[in-house]
Amino acid sequence: MSVVTLTINGQLVSARAGDTILTAAREAGIDIPTLCYVDGLSAHGGCRICLVEIAGSPRLQPACFMKVGEGMEVQTDTERLRGYRRTIVELLFAEGNHICSVCVANGACELQDMAITVGMDHDRFDYIHPNRQVDLSHDRFGIDHNRCILCTRCIRACDELEGAHTWDMAGRGSHSKVITDLNEPWGESQTCTSCGKCFMACPTGAIFQKGDTVAETDHPRAKLEFLVNAREKKQWNV
Amino acid sequence: MERLRLATIWLGGCSGCHMSFLDLDEWLIELAQLADIVYSPLIDVKTFPANVDVTLVEGAVANEDHFHFIQVVRANSRVLVGFGDCAVTGNVTAMRNSLGSALPVLQRGYLELADVHKQIPNDTSVVPRLLDRVLPVHQVVPVDFFLPGCPPPAPRIRAVLENIVQGKPPHLEGRDLKFG
Ligand code: SF4
Ligand code: SF4
Ligand code: SF4
Ligand code: FES
Repeated sequence: MSVVTLTINGQLVSARAGDTILTAAREAGIDIPTLCYVDGLSAHGGCRICLVEIAGSPRLQPACFMKVGEGMEVQTDTERLRGYRRTIVELLFAEGNHICSVCVANGACELQDMAITVGMDHDRFDYIHPNRQVDLSHDRFGIDHNRCILCTRCIRACDELEGAHTWDMAGRGSHSKVITDLNEPWGESQTCTSCGKCFMACPTGAIFQKGDTVAETDHPRAKLEFLVNAREKKQWNV
Repeated sequence: MERLRLATIWLGGCSGCHMSFLDLDEWLIELAQLADIVYSPLIDVKTFPANVDVTLVEGAVANEDHFHFIQVVRANSRVLVGFGDCAVTGNVTAMRNSLGSALPVLQRGYLELADVHKQIPNDTSVVPRLLDRVLPVHQVVPVDFFLPGCPPPAPRIRAVLENIVQGKPPHLEGRDLKFG
């Protein structure tokens, strides 16, 4: 296994060749904010929250995708990046219907936390207030498309961990929408095993456990981590 | 030191932010030593005065009255604070925006769910007309500071007011910026 050396925020870091900048940074104790990335699932590179600057390149790169390179000089927390991150979060809030005060995930939501991280005290964009639906046809879970940020974490968890591939993305641009099977009600899905992995993976109040009301949902992320560890490292520690 | 001229108003909100203001409990007594409340739904003053130092605005801009009143308030306030999620984001008040206009809400409330006298109120001298689109305050007039929360907890309100009475710009960070 070859090792590469790079600097992240001026700090000398060594990493395995083939690692992403995100992995290298986190192993060196430098956090880069992420939304669509989940340890143990394939990277998606959709949310752009993890963008970093690389010396000599005019383009920003997503740390969850970009591989480390010998001698690379990476910056993860500049004024410019902070500005972009805040803009991204503001766009996410403006695009959906995020009414935290009446949301199942209030207090346990990665989008809400990200707004705090980027210091969003208000949204500079006009709220679109799209007319989106809620599907409560499944016995145990519900999906509220108003809260969905299209991160595809549910799609990847269901496909890569459960092997069911119940979820997929339909539509384009702001009309995109996660669907179950061939856009049928979730409760009528022939593929869903009701395992709950999509619920564990969802960062927001979009996928929730039925019966949970305002501020009651807490996606059991630790369970997902356990499953990933068990699969990848054959560790079954509870 | 000159006493601060403080005002509070509520637009399209539930008054919860004002209840949270009252939760300042004994600190209200300290505040009363430093500030005069010159206008508020909690006191008996009919017209918004001139030369207000700071106005806390609860609620979103949801009807024509709000739309006109907030301009008067802005013109007469040195500092305008968006007070609570409805003022800052539109929050619950703006949920009806996804229905496209005010009509579906009026129909639901005054026709479909009414037991008697099914009629949408149309005398605008009594009930102001709803805007088709509820707006957060900063989309109507410039807002100087944002105080999020539904409602903002009393210590958060106190942190902002303490800075203001000391003439410092309020600064919130970390969980004090949490919506909801
Ligand atoms: S999903 Fe998160 S950000 Fe959206 S309304 Fe719910 S708590 Fe707020
Ligand atoms: S419950 Fe399991 S099988 Fe069903 S959609 Fe979610 S992840 Fe897929
Ligand atoms: S439902 Fe949740 S996990 Fe799936 S795309 Fe939407 S926000 Fe992401
Ligand atoms: S976390 Fe890298 S693009 Fe979303």
